[in-house]
Amino acid sequence: MLLLQSALVQSALVQAALGALPAARPTWNLALPGQLLGALGPDLLLAGGAVLLLLVAVARPESDRHQRAVGWASLGLVGLTIVAVVAYASRGALATEGPIAVDTFRWAVDIVVLIGTGCTIALSMESNPLDGILTAESHVLVLFSAAGMLLLAAARDLILVFLGIELMSVAVYILSGLDRRSERSAEAALKYFLLGAFSTGFLLYGIALVYGATGSTNLATIGEHVARYSLMYNPMLVAGVALLLIGFSFKVAAVPFHMWAPDVYEGAPTPITAFMAAAVKVAAFAAFLRIWLDAFPTVAYQWHNAIWLLAVLTMLVGNVVALRQRNLKRMLAYSSIAHAGYLLVTVVVANSLGASAFLFYLVAYTLATMGAFAVVIALGEPGERNQEIADYAGLWTVEPWLAAAMAVFMMALLGFPIAGGMGFFAKWYVIDAAIHAPHPQTVLAVILVLASVISCGYYLGVVLTMFMKPRPANAPAVRPVPTGTFLVIYLSAFTLLLFGVLPNGFVQLAHDSVPISMVGAPARAPVASAASR
Amino acid sequence: MIAPALQAAALAAAPHPLSGTAADWVWALPLFPLAGFLVNAALAVVAVARPGPADPSADRHSAPDATAAGEDVAGHGPGAGDADAPPPARHRFASVVSLVGPLAVGLAFALACAIFAAMARVHPTTPFVQTYFHWIPAGDLQVNAAFQLDQLSLTLVLVITGVGALIHLFSVAYMGDDPGYARYFAYLNLFVFFMLVLVLGASYPVMFVGWEGVGLCSYLLIGFWYADRANADAGKKAFIVNRIGDFGFLIAMFLLFVQLGTLDYTGVLAAAPGGLEAGGPVVTVICLFLLLGCAGKSAQIPLYVWLPDAMAGPTPVSALIHAATMVTAGVYLVVRSGLLFAMAPAASLTVAVMGAVTALFAATIGLKQWDIKKVLAYSTISQLGFMFMAVGAGAYVAGIFHLVTHAFFKALLFLGAGSVIHAMHAAYHATHSHEDAQDMRNMGGLRARMPVTWILMWIATLAIAGVPLFAGFFSKDEILGTIFDRAGGSILRDAHWLGIPGGVVLYAIYGMGLVAAFLTAVYMTRLMLYTFHGQNRTGEAARPHLHEAPWLMTGPLLVLGALSAVGGFLNTPAFLPIGPAETLARWLDPVVGPATALIAAGAPGDADPRRGLLLSLIAAAVAATGIVVAVVRLGRSAPVRAGAAPETGIESVLAHRYYVDEAYDRGIVRPLLAFSNRVLWQGVDGLIDGLVTLGARVWVWFGGIGSALQTGRVGTYAWALVVGALVVLAITIR
Amino acid sequence: MKAYVPVLLLIVFVIANAVMIIGLSHLLTRRRPTPEKQTPYESGVPPLGDARERFSIKFSMVAMLFIIFDIETVFMIPWGVAYRELSCGVPLVHGGCPTGQLSFFGLSEMLVFIGILFAGYVYVWKKGALQWD
Repeated sequence: MLLLQSALVQSALVQAALGALPAARPTWNLALPGQLLGALGPDLLLAGGAVLLLLVAVARPESDRHQRAVGWASLGLVGLTIVAVVAYASRGALATEGPIAVDTFRWAVDIVVLIGTGCTIALSMESNPLDGILTAESHVLVLFSAAGMLLLAAARDLILVFLGIELMSVAVYILSGLDRRSERSAEAALKYFLLGAFSTGFLLYGIALVYGATGSTNLATIGEHVARYSLMYNPMLVAGVALLLIGFSFKVAAVPFHMWAPDVYEGAPTPITAFMAAAVKVAAFAAFLRIWLDAFPTVAYQWHNAIWLLAVLTMLVGNVVALRQRNLKRMLAYSSIAHAGYLLVTVVVANSLGASAFLFYLVAYTLATMGAFAVVIALGEPGERNQEIADYAGLWTVEPWLAAAMAVFMMALLGFPIAGGMGFFAKWYVIDAAIHAPHPQTVLAVILVLASVISCGYYLGVVLTMFMKPRPANAPAVRPVPTGTFLVIYLSAFTLLLFGVLPNGFVQLAHDSVPISMVGAPARAPVASAASR
Repeated sequence: MIAPALQAAALAAAPHPLSGTAADWVWALPLFPLAGFLVNAALAVVAVARPGPADPSADRHSAPDATAAGEDVAGHGPGAGDADAPPPARHRFASVVSLVGPLAVGLAFALACAIFAAMARVHPTTPFVQTYFHWIPAGDLQVNAAFQLDQLSLTLVLVITGVGALIHLFSVAYMGDDPGYARYFAYLNLFVFFMLVLVLGASYPVMFVGWEGVGLCSYLLIGFWYADRANADAGKKAFIVNRIGDFGFLIAMFLLFVQLGTLDYTGVLAAAPGGLEAGGPVVTVICLFLLLGCAGKSAQIPLYVWLPDAMAGPTPVSALIHAATMVTAGVYLVVRSGLLFAMAPAASLTVAVMGAVTALFAATIGLKQWDIKKVLAYSTISQLGFMFMAVGAGAYVAGIFHLVTHAFFKALLFLGAGSVIHAMHAAYHATHSHEDAQDMRNMGGLRARMPVTWILMWIATLAIAGVPLFAGFFSKDEILGTIFDRAGGSILRDAHWLGIPGGVVLYAIYGMGLVAAFLTAVYMTRLMLYTFHGQNRTGEAARPHLHEAPWLMTGPLLVLGALSAVGGFLNTPAFLPIGPAETLARWLDPVVGPATALIAAGAPGDADPRRGLLLSLIAAAVAATGIVVAVVRLGRSAPVRAGAAPETGIESVLAHRYYVDEAYDRGIVRPLLAFSNRVLWQGVDGLIDGLVTLGARVWVWFGGIGSALQTGRVGTYAWALVVGALVVLAITIR
Repeated sequence: MKAYVPVLLLIVFVIANAVMIIGLSHLLTRRRPTPEKQTPYESGVPPLGDARERFSIKFSMVAMLFIIFDIETVFMIPWGVAYRELSCGVPLVHGGCPTGQLSFFGLSEMLVFIGILFAGYVYVWKKGALQWD
């Protein structure tokens, strides 16, 4: 009943938000407060719904049933938000200036983030009770974090970027310590919080310096001022850019700012780890890319080497250290670090080609990561046990479908054609973007490929273990996979495979989703010519 | 699944005459068998996953005849039950499967007929290409999932779905008692799907999908009774040998793309005259690589060795895949690439020589085989050789004509053989005998027991032997006649093959073709004599159990018999005053016309009609002589019992199939294995492995350093953060 | 830069003032230390045991909640300063809003803010964080 009511309220909200939209005008005038709020419709819907759900969550004492009810309601809210985002996106209205971006890039990132959020809630609903976590607020916290991510995707103002990052991060700090009885979880939360606060300092300082140098926090204005007043050699601006870079590098766990990631990823409850590896990274990267494309394209000479180095280090260190891991969760943590390196390549390229490669990559990466963690959850024993790679020996013989799905995720993360589905094209388009950039990043592309070769060592190791090692006699029986986890696993695998065979529609979408402001340098777009009908 | 609306955009400004007709439904052609596959596969999976009470255990299917023949891979007919045999193991979903399997192909056939009606009405001169979606957009390589409908592809579609439907019907009775019934029909439907994709695809890559798909289905069906190691090995052999051919096909595709920048048929046709030098090395190399692919798929020398072993599959499979359709894919590929081959006379001559040698070579082997299916297998190889002779000599219509008639009579022969094996197997099964149900030395005198099969098999034999007015006569005659014409005047005559003038080569091919035709008549008559005539050698106990097959099996045989008898009138030669002449030639002209014209350039005007008649008479005489010789030589001599003393001399060589398998084993497989073992594995691999392992160790060691830095202390992490920040600042502010 | 001169003056004054008071008292007083005088001052309660003892987490909880709600309330002061501008659909004219241009934007913003705060309050309350035992 409650669910229904909240759904009704929320749909009414959507209606109201949509009704408030300017029908005929193709652009938003964000100077008007009403329109500004209207342009933030999906974000407000999610945040408002989350506040309501917080009250619902606390209305009853902790119980498995209640947390499931709240979980379902949260899933409903995420679904509604997706509907709202799609509705907004299909309107096609744009805002070319102001603090909020209304463009397809935002909507695309929103969808990816919301899919990741939905998966996280579905997973944690079923896995939390196994670890004795019955708090219904965990889902609400995920929603709050997602609200921050939507804000990040939309932000075209450094203040809003900061707000989004904090909203996102604070919720995740708590979430990583969700398992209060686990020391590792508490340790993870504390580490993440301390280091996160530390890096936030860098970020904020960077914002302050950039503001000091350019007199604005609006990305477009910053870019304009830098170009007009030739600020690219202004030490204050460059220092600000460097500090911003450091702050973001921490958020996306780029080497050498990644040290927190493995510990936190391992300690946090697995669904939250998936959330951090997928959604958090996606949102942070989206803001990262937008800032770099909108505000600092003319400072490229200064930041280029730094990001280049970060990308190389991240790819190499992430993959190399992952080779050593025996724990699957930790291995996936390092793998996600490596993927941050691949995504940094698109930031180095920093043009429309890179941005569309970036979007395609996000989808493939999110699906594969969510799926892989879902398998970890499906096979994990209470108390975060049974997560060693060795525990997967002979999985093929007892759970062939699960093993096959896991193989798909590993192959997708590896970038293997066909069996890895979209993963192959994701990597391919990143490499393509690197090679066809105005300043070809051939060396970067080569390093990317080499790093991928290294990653075979551990991705294929998992596949090998599942398919070719005998199942130990004392291996625990695999529990039946609960519905939500089941759906996450097989829908992800199916989508990956489907768009791995037919990537074209997705490529087109990714290409169309690059905002006008980012289509700066004219680049050869193999994707576009391919998909044009 | 695929919205027809999507096609609209792909159409050119001027609508194709076929648009708006049944041809718009071409996408549904492969979808019918695909749907059948999905249903049957689901039923097969369900039946295995949740065995019902009446479900037979998978290993019940005993292979009573697997022990009989030493090196021969024995096929398996199903066991018809009697009093003391276990009750027939019908599949749990047999009734549904029996409906879905044949119906899927039957519907496709019906649609194909509708499309044929539409096409016959307008007779378009350009192909009807339907694009459904962009499949591979990779840089300059654009491949669309598109189907191309023209006279050539529709002809093959009709054959595939028509003959396919008949064979599906036959299978309902033949495989009815097999525990893997649903799986069988799933594979068979999947095969038809891929085969349709192969012939309908509008570009080489789409064709390649079908090409690989039918290879997969062939592999699955050869090894259908995989519990027997020999069957599984036969499947693997087919797969591996085909890989060699596929490699050629792939290389050819790469070269084509590099040279012309497109892989669509229409694109290649348009670009080839300007993009490739006629007679130049590039087009020749492309064609030779294509030929390698054809040799693999169509079992030509040197890659024919898999086809005889492929007889390990169920007999209807041999009829459909290894006689009527899949193995002719190579012929289709050559005809489809006709313009390229016409531009490369040397390659065309190679095709013809390969075909001729194969035709002759396989026919000689067929003379001395005792396994009824092996005879038919070598006969198939030989007939495929005829087709390659034809297309190599630029007789594209003749090649396709022979493909069609061969599909009729060879399917009939295989199904008839299946009917015989079915009866033999049932008889041996009933008497618990372990004799070989496929060995002709165990047959004889079946005429009285199986009159319908006998008559129909004779029709097919007369057809394949080339007795006038039967289907094979017209097609074979046209092949030989056209080769003779080409030797008289064409660009092939003026070209050279390994330094020999093309004219000489073509005359030699003609001679080899005649000899092969003669041998065909001989070994086919021999097969008929040993199987149906003379004394029965099945054994006293088993003899009363020999029965004619059920009507569900004889029905398709009757249809095929009728087609084998009159199929030749599809394309009667101009000089024969029977019905409308050269129907097929006129039908196919829009597709093969340009290539044929290119090849036949320089032919001396209109050939003397009397010469055509003479050539026909020679061919007929050769066929008649073959039959007579066989009857005279074998009619009286008592056939040897199975396992009797081995033959000597040339006969032994023939019986052992020229020791080719042994030679391949000694000359290629074993040295390769040894090389791989000694040099590659122990030597090179050891070295590379060592290096790789060393590399891996180094990386893992680096990983260890990374891990070691991961102390777990927040302080350390904060320091790392600060150091990193300083480095980034230092790099950025410079 | 001129605008910052008063700030600079203020800083200088504060520092000088502090130094002056402590320095003067240091110079002018006479020291006669006794054990009583040397004990640290703790609101008049005699100090017992080690200062580094464990406090109940409840203190921190209350302190945390206090700070949160305290600071959120402080946010109302800048809002109050800007209220006039926020309540006007167009820029102010001589500090006043032209007729017909009043808007509820400022008010609704604060209502939303209070609403969120209230939701937090309800949450804290229902969670039992305000109960000492």
